[in-house]
Amino acid sequence: MEKNIKLLQGNEACVEGALAAGMNFFAGYPITPSTEIAELSAQKLPRIGGRFIQMEDEIAGMAATLGGALTGKKAMTATSGPGFSLKQENLGYGCIAEIPCVVVNVQRGGPSTGLPTSPAQGDIMQAKWGTHGDHPVIALYPNSVQEIYEVTIDAFNNAEKYRTPVILLLDEVIAHMREKVDFDSVKGKEVFDRKKPTCPKDEYLAYENTEDLVPPMADFGSGYRYHVTGLVHDQFGFPSNNSEIADTQIRRLLNKIEKNKKDIIKYEEYKMDDAEVAFVAFGSTSRSAKESVDKLRSEGIKAGLYRPITIWPFADEKVKEISENVKNIIVAEMNLGQYVNEVKRVSSDKCKVDFYGKINGHLITPTELTNFVKEAIR
Amino acid sequence: MKVSNVVKDNFREDKLPHIWCPGCGHGILMHAIARAVSNKGLDRDKVVVVSGIGCSSRAPGYMNFNTLHTTHGRALAFATGIKMSQPDLHVIVITGDGDAAAIGGNHLIHACRRNIDLTTIVFNNNIYGMTGGQYSPTTPTNDYGTTAPYGNIDKTFDLCDLAKAAGATYVARSTAYHARIIEKLIENGLDNKGFSFIEGISVCPTYYGRKNKKGNAVDMMKSLKEDTIDIRIAKKKPELAEGKMLIGEFHNSEEEEYTARYDKIIDLFEKE
Amino acid sequence: MSNKYEVRLSGSGGQGLILAGIILADAGIISGKNAIQSQSYGPEARGGASKAEVIISDGEINFPKVEKCDLLLSLTQESYNEYIDSLKKDGILVVDEKIEIDETLEAKIYRLPILSTAYDKLKKPMVANIVSLGAICSISSIIDEKSLQEAILNRIPPGTEEINKKAFQEGLKLV
Repeated sequence: MEKNIKLLQGNEACVEGALAAGMNFFAGYPITPSTEIAELSAQKLPRIGGRFIQMEDEIAGMAATLGGALTGKKAMTATSGPGFSLKQENLGYGCIAEIPCVVVNVQRGGPSTGLPTSPAQGDIMQAKWGTHGDHPVIALYPNSVQEIYEVTIDAFNNAEKYRTPVILLLDEVIAHMREKVDFDSVKGKEVFDRKKPTCPKDEYLAYENTEDLVPPMADFGSGYRYHVTGLVHDQFGFPSNNSEIADTQIRRLLNKIEKNKKDIIKYEEYKMDDAEVAFVAFGSTSRSAKESVDKLRSEGIKAGLYRPITIWPFADEKVKEISENVKNIIVAEMNLGQYVNEVKRVSSDKCKVDFYGKINGHLITPTELTNFVKEAIR
Repeated sequence: MKVSNVVKDNFREDKLPHIWCPGCGHGILMHAIARAVSNKGLDRDKVVVVSGIGCSSRAPGYMNFNTLHTTHGRALAFATGIKMSQPDLHVIVITGDGDAAAIGGNHLIHACRRNIDLTTIVFNNNIYGMTGGQYSPTTPTNDYGTTAPYGNIDKTFDLCDLAKAAGATYVARSTAYHARIIEKLIENGLDNKGFSFIEGISVCPTYYGRKNKKGNAVDMMKSLKEDTIDIRIAKKKPELAEGKMLIGEFHNSEEEEYTARYDKIIDLFEKE
Repeated sequence: MSNKYEVRLSGSGGQGLILAGIILADAGIISGKNAIQSQSYGPEARGGASKAEVIISDGEINFPKVEKCDLLLSLTQESYNEYIDSLKKDGILVVDEKIEIDETLEAKIYRLPILSTAYDKLKKPMVANIVSLGAICSISSIIDEKSLQEAILNRIPPGTEEINKKAFQEGLKLV
């Protein structure tokens, strides 16, 4: 049988993954280096009866995505730093109103307009805290074109399962490079659809404090008439100033992610079994780290790589465990030090945590990392 | 007390009374929308009411449809996503003068331009009420607000002119005083397959009225009657229109609706 | 890692080098290898120095960018000047015949009439990229002719098959 393999760009693989997950609505605004995602969605969606709309700005792109999701669609939008900043307002809305959707952020150099055509990983903390207030976040970050295809499906699945916006982080390198994708790799992978109410229509509580913490979500137009607001609300969805209700509802939002961390957190370990020095790296940087691991090993240094695919929620236990088993952790990121602080937060005192960062618009190279490690473990 | 069918059919009675101040015009406008929906016999399960943030935007919470109270200024952008993704829904947008014309101005002009089938009703009370009386894009020049203590130096925005120029296919204005007329205008808006913009002039005795010595709620309601003139009369007798605000139907044209255009693209691939 | 072959295609924006890079990577995949194509680019859509990078390998490719290349193609003087230092010692340099090069260079040098073949012989300036691929194909053993031709036909606009096939053949014959 002929293999179902194609050379695809990262951004193209994202759209293919989204379609495989059932995406049928896309609303967005053009921005480098994410534009190919909108372009390919515009081309493909009407062919399957889906719909695409280019909105008047990034804010509207996020709003329309949520609007589409409320009618039962699997909706996605894509952007980069400046647009991700603008989307934060309605991203927060999506969190509190519990509207599933996928927001792709192809990271480029910042701050502000920054380096539009160059890679960066400067939005790691923004993905978690970009919108105001306490809220849960699921953020995923693949590191190859093949994985973009697969993880985009995971992003939709998490959104649908946990009724929340999911942030899919990419960077300019993996978004624009072309690599082979084996479409058969996802055969048998489950595609998850949101839970819908089955109760009588007048008994439906759109924000019920259910045992699994994720209340069923009705489509607008399905006969379950309910209220959606960005205000703190009760189980019916109506605004409430009651402190007990506020506490319960906001904690439920956080807990529905916290209590399902096992299911949400995905990572890759490379040669970690006997590692004495461990890289923590993600996205395109992790590819350099992997190459550096081999180089260091060829020189007798027992290196390994821990690569979070789920950036948020943070894998506290796992990173803590690593820090108890290695002498050094090297966190490599294309920023001035973001994820490293999380790693330090959970790391054991026995382990030295060093940071290698780069913000000049170029990918960190394996040679740079190899040299840095040698210096750090001296 | 007997509750009218309009209330029973269209409102979440357990959520009433509403939060608006005594004398506020918003309740009249909200009731007019409910009557228009009833008159048109729309399937309530298929009606979505979307709002932004502000006094006006609290309305959907009281209304027994699919209701969405969004972020400040973004009602039209959410509504566009809803209509575009599910064109068989009747989407009504309730917004205010600050919500629609200031923070949401960009969304307003583009919703007009697309001619997407949304019926938008702006509750215009010439002030930011929810935040305590700051001047809005429709506060008359020289009037006062808490952020215009020496008089507003901004030029006032004519929202109907804006909507028409931007491409809305149905544009009308009336007031909270003209309850029956605005009900009819909203019905016309619901009939229009395209973007309908209906400006409902409201009154805010608490902030705008007090700050500008406009008298009590009744005085303000009276001035809605006395200081307005129907555009048809104004055309015949321009001398009567001097110093008065025009109300009535300003624009009604037929153009292909946005989601219908997109349907044609989908149809191209139906056979595939 | 030793069988990793790194190619940099350089010239000016609009010469179709990105497409040539995609085709080369596609041919790599068709022949059962791993391949990565990447590019760095500025804000301009036409003109300026442009480059496409391709890595072909039997094994896994991690770092996706080309640091030092095994083969450098330069179609303009500007791109030659910019990228010549990235060529590995004893690497392969393929340049258009009009380009002035450093004769002391430690590399296998091929100065070929790529642009004139496209401009004068084929009367289609836009196929210079395919002529280049033909030349690269006969110079280097990295990719076989059949896979490359298949990749070309996969990626070019419909209706241009004949001229591109011809351009490919002319490229093969240049060496």
